[in-house]
Amino acid sequence: MLTHTAVLDAIREHGRDTYPEECCGFLLGTFAPEGNRVVAVQRVPNRRAEHRERRYTIAPEDYRHAERAARGLGLDVVGFYHSHPDHPARPSATDLAEATFPGYTYVIVAVRDGVPADLTAWSLAPDRSRFLPEAITVDDEALRAAQAEG
Amino acid sequence: MSTTQTLTAIHIPTPLRAFTGNQATVEVAGETVREALADLVARHPALKNHLFDEAGRLRSFVNVYVGDEDIRYLDGPATALKPGDTLSIVPSIAGGRG
Repeated sequence: MLTHTAVLDAIREHGRDTYPEECCGFLLGTFAPEGNRVVAVQRVPNRRAEHRERRYTIAPEDYRHAERAARGLGLDVVGFYHSHPDHPARPSATDLAEATFPGYTYVIVAVRDGVPADLTAWSLAPDRSRFLPEAITVDDEALRAAQAEG
Repeated sequence: MSTTQTLTAIHIPTPLRAFTGNQATVEVAGETVREALADLVARHPALKNHLFDEAGRLRSFVNVYVGDEDIRYLDGPATALKPGDTLSIVPSIAGGRG
């Protein structure tokens, strides 16, 4: 994914705010085969009723709202983020079992003792068998220029 | 072909358009949501593995809306369709460290 520093900082901050529970949210931007462009994030409540320290759920209604909001900005929901409190920033078996569609970017931020640590990005393999690592390219200049063009 | 088919437009989330020849909306035939989805995957077979599990059930994270109504609160896959209805496929997202 191609993004900018403020996006990564916002995800880390959300992970710190909800610790020891998992946070979750949407990545807004544009899809691209060479790597999705993420220009903004949107926080969303973790809809899990219990075990929020190790599970998260985003409701379909929340997806619809985020999609509408993104469209209003000329953007799309290009992926999701969540935190792994006191756990590595790698997709778990649960993450794979629950994974939605290839093409979305999944960001995971590890939060250790309340402090954000590693942040990684992944996408589901086309055959749904595993998550593939996605490089995170931070290009603050390119994104500023793109936003200025509108 | 004596009967009139009910045609329904299905809105496809952007990542799945890779499997629909880049179409954002696919028009399908069917009297119920189940039939409409069956027609969708018949037209675009690469979608099947992403919408249905090995047992042929809709995957747990795949939500289907008729207009603004989640079919879970209607009659599920048996929900009847009227001409002019639009369907949307909406993911819910879940996971966690385990």
